[in-house]
Formats: sequence, structure tokens, C-alpha cells
Amino acid sequence: MRPLTDEETKTMFEKLSKYIGENIKLLIDRPDGTYCFRLHNDRVYYISEKILKLATNISRDKLISIGTCFGKFTKTHQFRLHITALDFLAPYAKFKVWLKPGGEQSFLYGNHIMKSGLGRITENTAQYQGVVVYSMADVPLGFGVAAKNTQECRRVDPMSIVVFHQADIGEYIRNEDMLT
Amino acid sequence: MAACIEDVLAKAEKDEAERLKSISVQKELDLEFDLGNLLACDKNSVDAHGLKSTKKEDFLRSLARDNTQLIINEIWKHPTERVEEVIVVKLPEATTPLPREKPPPKPKPPTKWEQFAKLKGIQKKKKTNLVWDEVHKEWRRRWGYKRAKDNTKEWLIEVPENADPNEDQFAKRNKAKKERVAKNEFNRLKNVARAQKLPIPGQGLVPTPQQSKSDLTRAISVAKVSTASAGKFQERLPHEKAPKNTGKKRKFQPLIGNFSDERQKQLDILKVMDSKKPRIDMTKAVNRQMREEDSESRSNARKGPGKKGRRGNMSGKGKGGGGKGKGKGKGPKGKPQNQRGKAGKR
Repeated sequence: MRPLTDEETKTMFEKLSKYIGENIKLLIDRPDGTYCFRLHNDRVYYISEKILKLATNISRDKLISIGTCFGKFTKTHQFRLHITALDFLAPYAKFKVWLKPGGEQSFLYGNHIMKSGLGRITENTAQYQGVVVYSMADVPLGFGVAAKNTQECRRVDPMSIVVFHQADIGEYIRNEDMLT
Repeated sequence: MAACIEDVLAKAEKDEAERLKSISVQKELDLEFDLGNLLACDKNSVDAHGLKSTKKEDFLRSLARDNTQLIINEIWKHPTERVEEVIVVKLPEATTPLPREKPPPKPKPPTKWEQFAKLKGIQKKKKTNLVWDEVHKEWRRRWGYKRAKDNTKEWLIEVPENADPNEDQFAKRNKAKKERVAKNEFNRLKNVARAQKLPIPGQGLVPTPQQSKSDLTRAISVAKVSTASAGKFQERLPHEKAPKNTGKKRKFQPLIGNFSDERQKQLDILKVMDSKKPRIDMTKAVNRQMREEDSESRSNARKGPGKKGRRGNMSGKGKGGGGKGKGKGKGPKGKPQNQRGKAGKR
């Protein structure tokens, strides 16, 4: 376990800022305690200082996971967000998409979102903007990337993709062993 | 009828004569021949009238035919022979010099030995290929396979007086030969590299007569880290400087360091990232424009039906222009609005 280097921090922030914009500041600068990012087995964990100090007692090879896993660095040093980061992305999300009850299941099985499943979408969402996906009852379901901007979404036919799937809470069941 | 037959016969005769023209061609000036290149130069003046006439092609063809006939006549003057049922003529040497197609090859850059030989004035001596071999009593090649006086084929070697008696003289000889071959190959590569102006192979720490200061410092730094501990316990001289360009080591911040510093650093990174964003987001601006247009057309569409009737009363001209534009906008854009309303309700 180690702190992120400057380069790694930058790549991760760039990815996070696609979903929550400048709200990253609120993750770093928290009034309720000190929180930090730590790298372990190529994964980035968001941990409170208290838990981090406790975790130092555990040897590196025995430690599987601490705090919240935000994502991992690929072998090419890109950052991939994991669904576990959703709890922190959802409250600060700038662009949101709400799904109709009929479209929910398809999304939770890992499919892209069609126009037919789209309930609401934040105004002036740009194309390829990172969005957080909610159900109509405002339960965060996952996140993705807008395939079309809001204006285009209105015009396209019902079977065209409007949001590309990236992660959904169905992965807690489908990819249980991957999410540490 | 008789006249007709005569006409036909005369014509056939004429045609025959035309086909088999005489081999004798009359020219004012004789042609100049270069039979080696199968070339003839006609220095007679060209009949300008024939060139300008309507039968220019025929004129040129007949001229070419006559001149070709002259070349062939000239060829037949040479002695002929029969080779496999074919009559052939041996052409004389060509006299017209022709330019070569490609530029002449560049001279090869001299090797190191050639440079040295030129400097010292050493001439190459031609040696005979075959030499007399006393042992086999025959002429053999001077070098290569089955050469004369082949010392690798000796079954016995005398151990020199001052040599170690346990040393294998055969192995020693083989090794020496292999080294000579390797050295020659190395020199050849060096010559190639020198000719192409590449860095000469064998760089690094090869022994050179005069080492430069940088060479020496590099040699020292290499020697210092070439210990079992990779130079960790190597002592330094009193005023010795740390070696340069020894590579960078990865270094990470401590796991539990100063948390406020870490936070400040991350906030600084965020600040830099923010400042690098473009002030005007083009896609966002375009989106905004599109949205405004949408809302405008929507409000117009909403107002449309009520106003239409009123306007219609006012003036025919205004109605025609306005009505058309609205009709267009209304069709596709009205629909999504309705759909959206429904989706919201669900």
C-alpha cells in the first residue's frame, strides 16, 4: 500500500471529474475527518485516516481490501472506475439519467441504455459526458457515458443507444470476485 | 469484256509489283551505316512537298521502307553462315558510342588497410592460385579446402621448447584460427560502419591508446558499481563527486505521512486541471443554442393554432410566410415534446 504519485493522482482525478466535476474537492476536503487515496494491488482505495492506521498492522500479502475501492489502474496506467465508487459518485453527480422501470433490468444485466428505457436526462448533457444512472425512485444503479447529447436524445428512435454502460450494481452479483 | 479482263490483269500485276518492290533504292547521297547498332543515317534532304501533302503517312512509310531496305542490303554484304537452318551474319563492332543508362557506380570507400597501404605505398602482388605441394606431389590451391601445406591436417605437432607440455597444441591452434577469423570479421564490420558513417562497433570500454576524461570517469563509475553489493559499500575519495547519469530511482511518499500536505498537493493538482480547461466549451455552447431553438419553436408551436386564425384575418401575405415556416417546425418537434411529457408522468 502506498500513496498515489502525482501522475496517478492526475489520471484518477481526470476520470472522476467526468462524473462529479469539481466536486472532487469535497471528497478530499471533508469536514468529518481526514480521508485519503491509497494504492494497493493496482487498486485505488478511499480510506479514512483512522482505518488506514489500523490497516498498517496487516501485512501486504494478506491485505485484500480496505475502505472503498474506487477503481484500478490498468497495465497501461489508465484508470478504470469500479461500481464500488458509486456510493461516492452518486451524491455529487453533475449529470444524471433516470431509467424507466422497464429499462432498469436490462441495464442491471450489463446492457447499454436504449432510448426506450430512458425516463429523464439532465438538461444540456454533452455527448460522451460521464453520467450516473438512477432508477425513477432515485436509487443509483450505476454509471455510464452519454452516447448522445440531450437534444439528440429527443429526436432519435426508441431502439438507439443513448447511454453506454460502464458499471452497474448488478456487478455485485455477476462479478463478485473482481470487486475487492 | 476483254477490256475488263485486261484491266483486272493489269491491276493484279501492279499490285504484285507494289508488294515486291525492288531491292535497289536510289539515293543522292549514300547513307552512313553503323551496323553494330543496326543504325543508318540518311543525310539526304527530306522532300518538303511529300511531308506537307495529304499522303504524309504513306510518304513516311515509303521513306522508312527504303532506308530499311538499304540497311538490309548492307547486312547482306557481310559473310553469312548457316547455324541450325538459320542464316546469320556476324555484325561488326559498333562505332557510335551510346550513353549508359545509369550513372557510373561510385567508388567503394577504402578500407582501413587500403588507406594504410596507399599511405605506405604498398602495392598488391599477384600470387599464383596453384602451388606445388611436396607431400602430395601435386598442384593444389594456395588456400581453402584441400590447400597445399595444410597445417590443420597434421597428425603430429612438435611441442615447443618453452611451452607447457600438458597444453593441447591442436586446441591451441584451432583457437588461434577462430580468433583470427573473428578479428577479421570484426574489422570488416568496422570498415562497413566507417563507410556508412555509423558509430563504430565495439563501443563501451574498449582499450584505446588515449582515454578521454569522460571515458575515464565512466570507467570509474562502472567499476565502482560492479561489486557484489552494486557499489553500496564502495568508499568515495575525499573530493570525489557523485556520478552523473546513473538513472533515477522510483520513490514514493510514505504511507502515513503528513496528511494535510497530501491534501494540499491534491487540491493543487485539481487547481491546475481546472485552469487547463477551455473557457468556452464548444459542444456546450452548441447544445445551448440547440436548446434555445428547440424551446423557441416549441413555444411558437403552442401559440400557433390560436394565433393562426387571428392572423389569417389580418393579411394574406403575412399568413402565407409565417404559416409555412411554422408548419415545418411543428411536425417533428411537436412529437418529442409530447413523448417527454408522457415519460415524466409515468
